[in-house]
Amino acid sequence: MPTLETNRAIDAVWRIEAARLIAGLTRMVHDVGLAEELAQDALVAALEQWPESGVPDNPGAWLMAIAKRRAIDMFRRRETLDRKVTEIGRDMETQELPTAEPDFDAIHSNISDDLLRLVFISCHPVLSTEARVALTLRLLGGLTTEEIARAFLTPEPTIAQRIVRAKKTLAQKKVPFEVPAASELEERLASVLEVVYLVFNEGYAATGGEDWMRPALCEDAMRLGRILAELVPKEPEAHGLIALMEIQASRARARTAPDGTPVLLLDQDRSRWDQLLIRRGLAALDRAAAIGEPMGPYVLQAEIAACHARARTPEETDWPRIAALYARLVQLVPSPVIELNRAVALSMAFGPEAGLGIVDELTEIPSMQNYHLLPSVRGDLLAKLGRQEEARAEFERAASLTRNERERELLLKRAAE
Amino acid sequence: MRFMVMIKSDERTEDGVMPTEEELNAMGRYNEELVKAGVLLAGEGLHPSSKGARVKFTDGKPTVIDGPFAEAKELIAGFWLIDVKSKEEAVEWMKRIPCTDGAEVNVEIRQVFEADDFGEAYTPEQRERDEQLRLAAKKD
Repeated sequence: MPTLETNRAIDAVWRIEAARLIAGLTRMVHDVGLAEELAQDALVAALEQWPESGVPDNPGAWLMAIAKRRAIDMFRRRETLDRKVTEIGRDMETQELPTAEPDFDAIHSNISDDLLRLVFISCHPVLSTEARVALTLRLLGGLTTEEIARAFLTPEPTIAQRIVRAKKTLAQKKVPFEVPAASELEERLASVLEVVYLVFNEGYAATGGEDWMRPALCEDAMRLGRILAELVPKEPEAHGLIALMEIQASRARARTAPDGTPVLLLDQDRSRWDQLLIRRGLAALDRAAAIGEPMGPYVLQAEIAACHARARTPEETDWPRIAALYARLVQLVPSPVIELNRAVALSMAFGPEAGLGIVDELTEIPSMQNYHLLPSVRGDLLAKLGRQEEARAEFERAASLTRNERERELLLKRAAE
Repeated sequence: MRFMVMIKSDERTEDGVMPTEEELNAMGRYNEELVKAGVLLAGEGLHPSSKGARVKFTDGKPTVIDGPFAEAKELIAGFWLIDVKSKEEAVEWMKRIPCTDGAEVNVEIRQVFEADDFGEAYTPEQRERDEQLRLAAKKD
């Protein structure tokens, strides 16, 4: 029986090798679903043999050799069956194999190219976002179905089904295993970045005391983000995304009070910010800037986060720069929430009147009617301007709109001041 | 989980003997693998202890002692900081450190303390226990 330690060693090897293994196999057999099955077969073989023989010196090569042999057997059997069908002239049940001829010598191709192709196919827009997330975590993150299910608080069979259907869709729609053409690259890359950031946010939103699998999603996402930045080093948005994630993650130890309540950024103990992650995030932004293209949405968001990260105290925050960055961001991503953030930055930089005009305009927008942060911000600006009665009304309105108990308490407290 | 991976010193590193070009290339390729895998947070080589110093505190009073220091095996020649899912994964990466034939190289890993990301309640011991439970449930 495999011991716990050997199992864990094999888990570790899997986490390191899975993505490259699947990528290389997909290149050979032209089908990502089949590639994953073959990779899983190799893993089963490892689980059977390594407890006896020990983990081999080159585990990746061992797994690939097993998977390749299995694939060759499969295709040979199909050839034999095909021949028999022709001989007998009768319909026989054949294994559902891709029609394209396998290319087993493709092992010599650049594994990084294959890995990048796997990234793009896992995040293909023909799949729903949920499917992309599950497939990416499975094929590229090396997570088991169970781990994904726990991380997203979803039943395991649901995730399993989601992955099965995703692979079917890719096969049915004959999605090619390739890096998108230059004309499509930006859009396709955006869908990859979206998946990674979604995983990060899922982990970031997880609260203390929950299954540790959930906050660990942040690390899974950052790992994927770092891998991606190395695969597409000339894409500034890839560096922007990892910068954003690292700088946000740098605040993890300061975000919650001992009793678990969230602490706002401006109230956080900055000595608890992880300077290593901040430095890495700023370095990633430097890489993005060196490419010399206009700033995209992830770079802009990361630059905003960097403004906070560089300030040793809240008073040292470069609010004018933040306001300017939000101005550029809202041009790329026209969102009233971003406009609201811009208004806050402007008022921090130039006084409450500077932001109030924008906030007043935002109150007209239908989608903002039930957004509690809008009256909350308006109340804050009005209070700073000495317009107490109006401020109170806004705080009460905000309190009525929020579903969060703690936040309601805080808003009602401000209303009473 | 973060781990510090430390390469111990030996006579060569303490004597300030530079690695060969082949060794540098091999190590460069290894570092590149760590970066491409998304697990490297930081990594540096350290000068020999002849360029270093120690501070010893007795009754709160510091005494400075300049290097070199005698016990090469106890010293560190370089380190990596890696971010991986488990100690087993850290070990698996360690096993891939390039090492010329015939040389004896000692590498040590230590887990980095994470402050309580999960609140006071969720200790590493609980995390471990939960994982055991999870694995036991798998067997059913």
